[in-house]
Amino acid sequence: MSVPTDDELRRALVDAITTVAPDARGASIPGDVDVREHLELDSMDFLRVLVGLKERLGVDVPEADAPRLVTLDGAVAYLRARLAP
Amino acid sequence: MAELAFAMPALGADMERGRVVRWRVKPGDTIGRGQVIVEVETDKGLIDVECFHDATVMALLVPEGVEVAVGAVIARLDVAGAAPTAEGPRAPPATEPARLPPTSAAPAMPPVATPLGARVIASPLARRRAAALGVDVATVAPGTSGRISAEDVERAAATSTRERDPKEAMRRAIAAAMAKSKREIPHYYLWQSVDVTDALAWLTAHNARRPVTERVLFGALVARAVARAAAAAPEMNGAYLEGAVRSSLEVHLGFATAQRGGGLVAPALLDAHTLDVDAMMSAIADVVARVKSGGLKSREMSAGTITLTALGELGVDGVLPVIQPPQLAIVGAGRVTERPWVVGGAVVVRSVLTLSLAADHRASDGHRGARFLQNIVKNLVPPEAP
Repeated sequence: MSVPTDDELRRALVDAITTVAPDARGASIPGDVDVREHLELDSMDFLRVLVGLKERLGVDVPEADAPRLVTLDGAVAYLRARLAP
Repeated sequence: MAELAFAMPALGADMERGRVVRWRVKPGDTIGRGQVIVEVETDKGLIDVECFHDATVMALLVPEGVEVAVGAVIARLDVAGAAPTAEGPRAPPATEPARLPPTSAAPAMPPVATPLGARVIASPLARRRAAALGVDVATVAPGTSGRISAEDVERAAATSTRERDPKEAMRRAIAAAMAKSKREIPHYYLWQSVDVTDALAWLTAHNARRPVTERVLFGALVARAVARAAAAAPEMNGAYLEGAVRSSLEVHLGFATAQRGGGLVAPALLDAHTLDVDAMMSAIADVVARVKSGGLKSREMSAGTITLTALGELGVDGVLPVIQPPQLAIVGAGRVTERPWVVGGAVVVRSVLTLSLAADHRASDGHRGARFLQNIVKNLVPPEAP
């Protein structure tokens, strides 16, 4: 299986986020903002986003790494590194 | 054979009406205790309503799509080996539904109002249907015969099911419940700052090697501590009904959950006092997911014996919460924040949480409340190994 592109990672991420926050579907989310504040996600919502990422990409994010995923840009960079061959 | 009148339940103290959306059973079906028999749309979303008897369905009295008042009979069941009884209008917090004496088998119904001087001609069947559907027969337009028939009543019921903005409806429901609480319940408030550094360290270690699907949030530790303390505090756990404290042996912990876009529900985590940290986390995750996507059960909406509201993630230091009637108490949790704290004569930095309690002064005094709060703290830091 080929490594997903940044665009594919971002799509998977946005999909995981909008599953938890359906009202954000279709809205553009800036890459450099904390999505928890931007979309009013609480810790339970954010945990569900991480669970969604595991389902979509197979990446299990340890608790200590979670702060690196609070922006789309940060999350894409993190996931790219984790999925690098 | 014993007939049971299954009434539209009050799914929370603030519910006045519910719309039958979908029947999940049909006449002749045998149903078991706890089985979902009907989906009801309320101000708090779509709720699966369960039956608490083994029974046979005799008749479904309200068609799908029709809205009726709480207490209106919506189905007739044949209950094996039970005395005639009416379910509702509100199931008490205890697991067993109220066993009312046979004389009150007819559910509480709003009296059918007839304007003075006006004579309403309606068949007995039409009157029964009107009562069942929560329709005032005086407002029903009769058919060509000039006499109101059951059909006329049903038509009136169907057309009166006005479309409503669900957000506005929920706001009204919250307003009614909270106004009732502030009007009737003499609240007293206590709060305490708690050093939770050890609890957080325990949690970090607990989560360190776990996959994301098994991770526990701090809220689950608080919920577990409240549930355990509530199990030992009968004056905090239960309901105040008809002038008396009704303590509950089980703890069904209402978990206040904000809905996206506004509004609030507090579905109960059933038997919360029996859950260890991991089971508590699963229960919270399950209920929160269903708050957002639908599928809460009637028992979860009505069984709460005490409530927890955690607002700390929004940055508030603490909360002086409002009791959910008819419950006896509500616990509030603010944010966890690092503060200078004195330990063994030295000032150190510790993680501190402000816990608060609002309790019903008819059921307890500040002394009992303080002990209850103490007991929550004891169960919080450090948590026992699950």
